[in-house]
Amino acid sequence: MRRLTPYLLALPSWMWLAIFLVVPMVAMASVSLQTGNAIDGFAMTFSFSNYSDALGRYSTQLLRSLLYGGMATAAMLVIGYPVAYWIAFKGGRRKSMYLFLILLPFFVSFVLRTISWNFLLSDNGILFGTLKGWGLLPDDFHVLATAFAVVGGLTYNFLPFMILPIYVALERVDPRVVEAAQDLYATRAAAFRRVVLPLSLPGVFAGVLMTFVPATADPINAAILGGTANTMIGNIIQTEYLTNLNYPTASALSFTLMAVLLVGIFVYARALGTENVLEAAAR
Amino acid sequence: MTSAIELDDVVKEYLSHGEVVQAVKGVSLDIAEGEFFSLLGPSGCGKTTTMRMIAGFEAPTKGLVKLHGQDVTNVPPNKRDVNMVFQSYALFPHMSVWDNVAFGLKQRKTPQDEIRRRVGEMLEIVDLAGREKRRPREMSGGQQQRVALARALVNRPRALLLDEPLGALDLKLRQAMQIELKRIQREVGITFVYVTHDQNEALTMSDRIAVMNDGLVEQLAGPREIYERPATAFVAGFIGTSNLLTGAATGGTLKISGGRVMVPGQDGDVTVTVRPEKITIGTEEPAAGLSAVRGTVAEVVYLGTYNSYAVSLADGAEITVFQQNAHDATATAERGDSVWLSWQAQHSYVIGS
Repeated sequence: MRRLTPYLLALPSWMWLAIFLVVPMVAMASVSLQTGNAIDGFAMTFSFSNYSDALGRYSTQLLRSLLYGGMATAAMLVIGYPVAYWIAFKGGRRKSMYLFLILLPFFVSFVLRTISWNFLLSDNGILFGTLKGWGLLPDDFHVLATAFAVVGGLTYNFLPFMILPIYVALERVDPRVVEAAQDLYATRAAAFRRVVLPLSLPGVFAGVLMTFVPATADPINAAILGGTANTMIGNIIQTEYLTNLNYPTASALSFTLMAVLLVGIFVYARALGTENVLEAAAR
Repeated sequence: MTSAIELDDVVKEYLSHGEVVQAVKGVSLDIAEGEFFSLLGPSGCGKTTTMRMIAGFEAPTKGLVKLHGQDVTNVPPNKRDVNMVFQSYALFPHMSVWDNVAFGLKQRKTPQDEIRRRVGEMLEIVDLAGREKRRPREMSGGQQQRVALARALVNRPRALLLDEPLGALDLKLRQAMQIELKRIQREVGITFVYVTHDQNEALTMSDRIAVMNDGLVEQLAGPREIYERPATAFVAGFIGTSNLLTGAATGGTLKISGGRVMVPGQDGDVTVTVRPEKITIGTEEPAAGLSAVRGTVAEVVYLGTYNSYAVSLADGAEITVFQQNAHDATATAERGDSVWLSWQAQHSYVIGS
């Protein structure tokens, strides 16, 4: 009985995974190979052409999603790393307060936050309207409905997921190890490059994973900030599923996206050197 | 001898919770080339801060730091020709032993073949040849310690700073490393500055010791001098065990409860220290000319090589006596016995004389 206890304790989570992850995945995989329509019903025909058709029609949006997701992730890394670094090394006794501030936006709904960005960025809104009124911006200046607005929104919304894992990794770096590098003739820059950065890579890896995947798949930012010219794959899946009731295409696109992301992550992990990442993490 | 490290009235102040705290209150040191110099004191005495100012991690609030005659007070650590062995070793966890040791040479853009030769040689000296590819966490504490030592020494610094480097090791290993460190120091001929709170370590290895307390140097002298002739009551109490006796002396004799202490040439208020191993315990009244005190044995502790007696005097004060187990393991006196303690006049050391 004793020896079974850990397994019994893990049982609820396994059940949860089975019911809410495996079952829907299998169902969706099955739907992605069916043909038919919402009125007459769908039947399994092992129609692999669903995939090629969907990809043919929506490859632009898929590539755009990867591009926007990648750009937003890069922006988050550039903004988030210094913030995490500053909190970890210079935060002093106020560390937890700064972390709380980073998390504060989560207390407001994701959609509402994005809508307020729409409000802020609108052509004649509180910011640009005022600047235009003062003649500081040309009248036809606009940000909304551009790629910049979508990438900006994604960056803003997912930034905490980049900062937190990097912070955790940096927090674990012993300041004396940095001092040791400086004692061994490394400049501050060299100490960072040779010691701090390599030791924080597991956090960077986790941060990129936790932001790139949801940012690429996100439909909200493109819908609210992107107008019609910046549709991402998430919007297409949503429309196909909820508006067109074309379940097979929506499912096929979802699986394609998942496959692309998984392959991307695998390549990324290899490029970064999984061995190094895991070793540093296991320290 | 030329001086390797000079501190000139160095003060370090911190701001802590809005209040200025003086960690170091004016320390002047002159450490000679090739010397094994220890900074000894309890935690919080300022010894580590003093060392960090030599390394360049802290800038003194006042005063000067000189290395080989050159003022380096405001020179950053990466431009100082000293290296440090950190208390917890602070090895680079993501690098192999080889890369750890080669780090400093690489930073100084040393040619590849010279790096290879010097790192190889250094790993021989610290007995780690064949373990170049290991990661620090795959090694024992003693091995990590030697990596840290090699990583610093391979750069041939003008001085090596060691911050309680043996603190994390167990007793046997610590004793072995003390001898090892001394050997390496003789071999490479580099000035060692050694920070420790362990008086045995300092006494065993050092040429000179600065005993620090509360941000100041209480005494700066060789191990024997510090042990035999402590300058202050603090030093007497911190180094080894000692018995402190105070009172007013008249004509070279200090009357205390239950006896007399010979303090030749002293008159007036004195503080006398007597080391426990200088005292003889017996049942017969000692001869005239010896210090002699009567008391009752309150405790006997068997410590292997010697017995430790706590003898209480009539006024409640206690004197500690060590007696070597030279002949047999039976104690001279039992608990509750009435005994005479005696020692020669020269072993009553009057503090500050």
